[in-house]
Amino acid sequence: MSKVYQGISASTGLAIGPVWLYRPATIQIVRKNNCDPSIEWQRCQSALAKANEQLEQLHQRTSETIGAAEAEIFEAHQMILSDPDFLETIQTNLNTQTYNAEIAIQDSVNTYANMLLALDSTYFQERAQDVLDIGHRLIHILMGVPTDSFELPEKPVIILAEDLSPSDTVQFPRNKILGICTQKGGPTSHTAILSRSLGVPAAVSVPFDWETIQNGQMAILDGAVGSLLLNPSPDQQKTANQRQTAQQTEWEHLLKHAAEPANTSDGKTIEVVANIGSADDARHALTLGAEGVGLLRTEFLYLNRESMPTEAEQTQVYREIFEIMGNRPVVVRTLDIGGDKAVPYIGFEEEANPFLGWRAIRMADNQPDLLRIQFRALLRAASAETDLRIMIPMISNADEIKMARNLLNQAKQELQNEKIDTPETVQFGIMVEIPAAAIQARELADLVDFFSIGTNDLTQYALAVDRTNERVAHLASPFHPAVLRLIRMTIEGAHVKGKWVGLCGEMAGDPLAAPVLLGLGLDEFSMAASSIPGLKETIRQLDSQQCKDVANTVCELLTAQDVKAYLQKLL
Amino acid sequence: MPVKEFTIQHEVGLHARPASKFVQLAASFPCDIKICNLTTDSKMVNAKSVLSVLTLGVNQGHQIRIETNGEKAEEAAEALAQLIADNFGEK
Repeated sequence: MSKVYQGISASTGLAIGPVWLYRPATIQIVRKNNCDPSIEWQRCQSALAKANEQLEQLHQRTSETIGAAEAEIFEAHQMILSDPDFLETIQTNLNTQTYNAEIAIQDSVNTYANMLLALDSTYFQERAQDVLDIGHRLIHILMGVPTDSFELPEKPVIILAEDLSPSDTVQFPRNKILGICTQKGGPTSHTAILSRSLGVPAAVSVPFDWETIQNGQMAILDGAVGSLLLNPSPDQQKTANQRQTAQQTEWEHLLKHAAEPANTSDGKTIEVVANIGSADDARHALTLGAEGVGLLRTEFLYLNRESMPTEAEQTQVYREIFEIMGNRPVVVRTLDIGGDKAVPYIGFEEEANPFLGWRAIRMADNQPDLLRIQFRALLRAASAETDLRIMIPMISNADEIKMARNLLNQAKQELQNEKIDTPETVQFGIMVEIPAAAIQARELADLVDFFSIGTNDLTQYALAVDRTNERVAHLASPFHPAVLRLIRMTIEGAHVKGKWVGLCGEMAGDPLAAPVLLGLGLDEFSMAASSIPGLKETIRQLDSQQCKDVANTVCELLTAQDVKAYLQKLL
Repeated sequence: MPVKEFTIQHEVGLHARPASKFVQLAASFPCDIKICNLTTDSKMVNAKSVLSVLTLGVNQGHQIRIETNGEKAEEAAEALAQLIADNFGEK
């Protein structure tokens, strides 16, 4: 039986081959009491010297085989070996506890790792891995166990691991690695960074199950989407092989041009931005050519917790993202949550139809503070440089827009009264995802600075298809001419009033949809970062005038299948 | 005892290369050098320890305070100020 595990993309590319489970043996450290601190300190010092030698070699090898920038991490490790506070902590542990050097090092390493893990930024949290890596190295040396005691199989493999340390990652010879897949880690972990510089497909935070997987099982690792497919069928494998060859050449070409603007063949520049949900996503998006953020989801701040995130907490998270994006536009979607999610402090009740229920802006009547505090945090987080654009989801009528706008003005006024700086201009817009908003676009455009079309929901609401219901999900196609006409109505309504329109559903990154959306006059395409290089290339090959004809034609076709067939013929 | 306050402009904050450069420069002076993160209201730590500096979690835009005390305290404060003003040599 084949099985798919979905994680997070860390390095694009497709790996096909046998898996190999990397589970470094955990060594048992024996605790000894009443040791002589001066003898144990001497043991520490010779271990430190030995570790320094090893790191020196790793540094040299890595700069020769991978690059100077990648080798820097080992210099950083060497710095930690001579860190005065680290050494003092070890010495104090030895003197006060009179236990052995192994335990003293382990305790000191854990102290620093925990302090780093307690920081808010993932950037700093990931440095805990470095400290643990050093501790690991020192303890191995003390116990006389080789640090890098593993042997890869003869044939190249997809490495599955809980997490990989920098030393692990560079120890694997490049020609033996097809791909890397870890259970832990984010897009800026060492695994991710090194995989990208090695050009190895990688996925992180993949929830695979150790117990059911054996060395040598076939798998397909799709780095672009971050998924691991175990035991693929022969058909799946064949398709993957073909995709792999085509992708490799294609992706190299795309990446080379990702940072360049998306100009149509007739010279129109289209804005291509990313959908993100964290600071890590923001950094990753920039490396793939994002010109800004078209959708910052904020739900993650509210989930998996017992109480409302405070204004200060929110401010800090937003600020980190705004700082990464500099003066590029950032469209932030305010809380879009409903009865399908368990958020105890908001007071959801079980609903028969949570997607038609009390969610997003509809909660503001009853719980205005939710939105007001989010507005305050956003305004506080924005610097003079930030191009902040606030977007309200789930709008079905003008009153909701007015209410949200009032709350935003109220938040701004409060901050000014408190003598807190707020940005001079903040754009205010709405998601167009309920057909009513699309139909009334012309009138609603007077109340906003922009629209962003959420095609996933617009499709589900226009076609009355529950996307999460497998039996009907196939009916939910944004290529349905009725959906396309709603998009057309939205764009026309906004443009008549001089407002801009973005689109942040999956459709924005679909090359098949690009000529239609371009032809309808869409101003901004917002998508998963991994789609950006490809979509930019698609746009460069299109002529905006010709696309107008395409758009007009497909809006008059009968079915979604007709539309797709027509567009496929154009490719 | 010179006390100086700065805002860190570097995009990664006091992390990675900037942190290394900062600590290496601090370590080259004989005086005591302490640093804290004013933005997070952290405690003062040894500026010659890269681990301690990392645990301050200084992000871009954070304000820090540096206190130097002892031999060549003035020079140390001046040199560190210059490093920060030069954006850690990555201007």
